[in-house]
Amino acid sequence: MSVVRLFLLGFFLTTGFLVKGQSNMPPILDFASLEPYLHKSNDTTYVVNFWATWCKPCVEELPYFEKVNTDFASEKVKVLLVSMDFKNQIEKKLIPFIEEEKISSEVLVLHAPNANEWIDKVDERWTGALPATIVYRNDQKIFHGEQFENYQQLNNLIKSLN
Amino acid sequence: MKNLKFTSLLAMSLVLVLFSFMPDKGVYEIGDKVEDFKLKGVDDQWVSLSEYMGEEGVILVFTCNTCPYAQLYEDRLIELHNTFSSQGFPVLAVNPNDPNMKPGDSFDAMKDRNAEKNFPYPYLMDTEQKVFPQYGATRTPEIFLLDKNMTLQYTGAIDDNPQDPSSVGTEYVADAINAIKAGKTPDPTKTKAIGCGIKVKKEQG
Repeated sequence: MSVVRLFLLGFFLTTGFLVKGQSNMPPILDFASLEPYLHKSNDTTYVVNFWATWCKPCVEELPYFEKVNTDFASEKVKVLLVSMDFKNQIEKKLIPFIEEEKISSEVLVLHAPNANEWIDKVDERWTGALPATIVYRNDQKIFHGEQFENYQQLNNLIKSLN
Repeated sequence: MKNLKFTSLLAMSLVLVLFSFMPDKGVYEIGDKVEDFKLKGVDDQWVSLSEYMGEEGVILVFTCNTCPYAQLYEDRLIELHNTFSSQGFPVLAVNPNDPNMKPGDSFDAMKDRNAEKNFPYPYLMDTEQKVFPQYGATRTPEIFLLDKNMTLQYTGAIDDNPQDPSSVGTEYVADAINAIKAGKTPDPTKTKAIGCGIKVKKEQG
């Protein structure tokens, strides 16, 4: 019996560890796979931020997005952080960053080289400069093509759609 | 009295008509002739656009030291210059970033980078940040291709694959230059690319 228990314990610890290891690896998507995240039609407000660990203004405003998760915990608001970190930097830079900063928002990596083909599909007002954020709920959409000056600015955008 | 009213009305409409013909103060669009500018380069020499440009035009690029996308394109800019300067289209690089926001893009840091890379083209600093807004530039790197009349012919990306030069499908700048040389309009005239937002000096106070 104790051997079985030990085995089970070992089994759960191992799978638990494996699952944890996998969850730290953000999915790498091409644009076609990312696109559905930009057009969900339900009663949730989506906050989609394009960023990278090497982008200083992006990193500076990340705490604002994290704060959205807590402040709107009881409401239907979902934050998605779309990282533009280069493929060869994901394990070296992105994953350690997510762990160190304890990022709780969902992180995806967009790997889509020909940006000219998809930037307008995110928003025609976007020039391609990082950071950029869209806040949308069904057909209502706000585009913010620069760094947020403070948390309140982001908070107001979200509230204007809720 | 009636005449005076009429005259002033006429004068006012004349002013309105005149204003409508005034040059647009907005950012340059494709087909616009650009104004000259003069900025200091990493060799401490001042370079003016009109004096520097080649016989056929110039590949003006807003770029910087620190942006990973700008770094990815450094060697390709050198290559563009080496290929096209002899054909009348040299590269002219301008760093638009405010060094207070991004110390790695200071004038001294630009000099260091130039010493490392030995850029074959001038690397200037838009110290007062008055040039890049005229072009409506928002990111680094961003290309503005001018023809010999200093008319904007193409703006946007260098090619369609920043991370992997060997997988480039379309060389936008090279294609645009070849179109101009053939007497054609570049197609496309505008492309978008991911880049680092230009670091604009924060308003004081």
